[in-house]
Amino acid sequence: MASSVLSAASHSVSPSCSLSTTHKGKPMIRDNTLGFHRGPNSFSSSRSRGRISMAVAVNVSRFEGIPMAPPDPILGVSEAFKVDNSDVKLNLGVGAYRTEELQPYVLNVVKKAENLMLERGDNKEYLPIEGSAAFNKATAELLLGADNPAIKQQRVATVQGLSGTGSLRLGAALIERYFPGAKVLISAPTWGNHKNIFNDASVPWSEYRYYDPKTVGLDFEGMIEDIKSAPEGSFILLHGCAHNPTGIDPTPEQWEKIADVIQEKNHIPFFDVAYQGFASGSLDEDAASVRLFVARGMEVLVAQSYSKNLGLYAERIGAINVVSSSPESAARVKSQLKRIARPMYSNPPVHGARIVADVVGNPVLFNEWKAEMEMMAGRIKNVRQQLYDSITSKDKSGKDWSFILKQIGMFSFTGLNTNQSDNMTNKWHVYMTKDGRISLAGLSLAKCEYLADAIIDSYHNVS
Amino acid sequence: MRPPVILKTTTSLLDSSSSSPPCDRRLNTLARHFLPQMASHDSISASPTSASDSVFNHLVRAPEDPILGVTVAYNKDPSPVKLNLGVGAYRTEEGKPLVLNVVRRVEQQLINDVSRNKEYIPIVGLADFNKLSAKLIFGADSPAIQDNRVTTVQCLSGTGSLRVGGEFLAKHYHQRTIYLPTPTWGNHPKVFNLAGLSVKTYRYYAPATRGLDFQGLLEDLGSAPSGSIVLLHACAHNPTGVDPTLEQWEQIRQLIRSKALLPFFDSAYQGFASGSLDADAQPVRLFVADGGELLVAQSYAKNLGLYGERVGALSIVCKSADVASRVESQLKLVIRPMYSSPPIHGASIVAAILKDRNLFNDWTIELKAMADRIISMRQELFDALCSRGTPGDWSHIIKQIGMFTFTGLNAEQVSFMTKEFHIYMTSDGRISMAGLSSKTVPLLADAIHAAVTRVV
Repeated sequence: MASSVLSAASHSVSPSCSLSTTHKGKPMIRDNTLGFHRGPNSFSSSRSRGRISMAVAVNVSRFEGIPMAPPDPILGVSEAFKVDNSDVKLNLGVGAYRTEELQPYVLNVVKKAENLMLERGDNKEYLPIEGSAAFNKATAELLLGADNPAIKQQRVATVQGLSGTGSLRLGAALIERYFPGAKVLISAPTWGNHKNIFNDASVPWSEYRYYDPKTVGLDFEGMIEDIKSAPEGSFILLHGCAHNPTGIDPTPEQWEKIADVIQEKNHIPFFDVAYQGFASGSLDEDAASVRLFVARGMEVLVAQSYSKNLGLYAERIGAINVVSSSPESAARVKSQLKRIARPMYSNPPVHGARIVADVVGNPVLFNEWKAEMEMMAGRIKNVRQQLYDSITSKDKSGKDWSFILKQIGMFSFTGLNTNQSDNMTNKWHVYMTKDGRISLAGLSLAKCEYLADAIIDSYHNVS
Repeated sequence: MRPPVILKTTTSLLDSSSSSPPCDRRLNTLARHFLPQMASHDSISASPTSASDSVFNHLVRAPEDPILGVTVAYNKDPSPVKLNLGVGAYRTEEGKPLVLNVVRRVEQQLINDVSRNKEYIPIVGLADFNKLSAKLIFGADSPAIQDNRVTTVQCLSGTGSLRVGGEFLAKHYHQRTIYLPTPTWGNHPKVFNLAGLSVKTYRYYAPATRGLDFQGLLEDLGSAPSGSIVLLHACAHNPTGVDPTLEQWEQIRQLIRSKALLPFFDSAYQGFASGSLDADAQPVRLFVADGGELLVAQSYAKNLGLYGERVGALSIVCKSADVASRVESQLKLVIRPMYSSPPIHGASIVAAILKDRNLFNDWTIELKAMADRIISMRQELFDALCSRGTPGDWSHIIKQIGMFTFTGLNAEQVSFMTKEFHIYMTSDGRISMAGLSSKTVPLLADAIHAAVTRVV
């Protein structure tokens, strides 16, 4: 039987304040402030206000002072989309691939791999802490190329991680432990979770200029200046391709110059490769930036994800690779990555790793996968072209919309501001994040004209 | 005369001396200035630069996991009669890994289901899985569930649940000290230290009786500061196999509540320990019944054999539904920067089994078969030692519960058994009963007999 207890209502009034850009860790919310009880108390009709006495403290909830966390902005977009009754509504906030019918897509090679697994009768034993050996081999070779000298010389430490996020977190924890005080430079803007990851790992970060709102393109000069002026030995977080959220990537010539500056300052590049093959349709082309840095003899960290390119979103499969200058230090790095993973989740999930190893390791499935990836990337390219054509045929103002074609990958920064993005939602039922980012994966050819109308109206008629 | 038993139950905490001071990195950076620069446009990789040039040079090699070391040594042994009692996973009578029939059936269903996709699941995991996991551990009629005072999030098996719970407490709880039993699972101190909690211990295992040091436990928890977190193994204590009786649990509960300590249960063996899901959950339910707050980490690695699928859940029982919803919102902020959202495959299997009455009943049958086999191994080993007249009281083998048994053997005896009999176990004398079969019990009994009669 539940005992009846007297409980004092108390909770924090103010939500968590926003963190400064160089904040290390999160502020602790420990002190209760006075306030009113917000819900019915199922145990007692009496309430206490004021300071909690020691006698009463025994029965007070230890979690009473915990405030409601701020809602996730991207999740909010999808939820608002769901409750909208409009027939023409469009969800461009979702960061996942959709078919032309705007349905989720499970790749055929993934289904084949799962059937193979069942036929083989694979067991469910624990993987090693570092993950599946077959997966680790396949993923490093996919990223760097099987004939890459770094692989042949065993200078690559690969540890299976929980997709891109888990892999980034392992890399961040390694930085925190072995490069204390080292700063991470992240692009402005970047994927929202990057800041959370480094904050939670207690790694200080700051931003380098990347996106230029005036040209809706790359602020290359600003980027170079900021990387050059960062303290020597900083980690530079780089999106390997298909920058999230802008879709803006450096050109091969610009990548060379970025590598020059990083080498000059003895910085360490930390690549986030979440879209290899999915961005352009070519695995090799999308890995070119990472391979360039490795070919220069640079030591790099690379986080990989198979969420988008294999559609394995919820299977949580990825890897952290550390390319070192010697096999000995690579082995030590790997042992320390394992030491970080063990107290986090012991060992990684097996299902997604087997799918990847089977697809990448089987020449027939691998070729089928490449074809499906080209199809997905091709659909997004077609949508970009169609959207551009629709906008330019309707907009007579002479504005340059070519950035839509220049951007790469799933996401497009439209250049719309907060008010204009609100207009897209309120007037046109187009759901997107307030930074003006749209996910082209949520767009079909049939809807491009409608979206063009919405963008033109918002751009010209809302200031 | 019984040989002396000396247990080495040291738990290795994080060794801060393994971190290199930052000046080493600066020296490396300085040294690089004196090395020739790579040609900036050299597209063909030169031979690797010298090791001293690596920014990772100051990293030391981390020590190998001791349990993994046992398995590695076992794998290298060419003997045909070798026995691996270090592995913490269930084995069949033939010594093979087991995938439960219900798991296979569900996987076939999932593959045949064309409506399924691989979309991201929520940060907190599959809603069905979370609800059903809470019901499994607390009971479907639990008042805490009826009142919506429970928040449950899917995590990466038991370890991930402990880690998420630990990070949550480090951020939001007023006390940052967690008390662990002596001994406890080797990963526990690492999990909680990295989560931001400081680790202390309370007495648990009594080497003299190979049972529970109940008085020591009560004394140590009785002197813990108010509000401290207390880690409790719900059943089948790892590594000793020693569990409190229900009467002892009631006294522990009274002490914890009267001292306003916060219980954090690690429930990794529900159903797998005794064969009964309800019996194994009894200690947790005892605490929930009094209306107090607590945390529970659940694992489906052992009881469903889903080891590598990484399925687990963290439940936090709060005082009110409003607090529970706020707690859940903050748990999301712990999880998102760790891995964004949990893996779908294993949780889908569990949800399907817990949801379907027929699958659930079949599972309980297979679960009981696993537990019964382990219990019979305990009995057979005890009988074999008695029939050999092995010195000492071995009744603890049948009193202890679950997969693991603390034999009472010392490190020298363990080493002897490895060298002379090719039997692999951890040096603390822990054996995994799951690695035994009727065919191998005599071999183990012979080895133990030889060890206690020839090695003191």
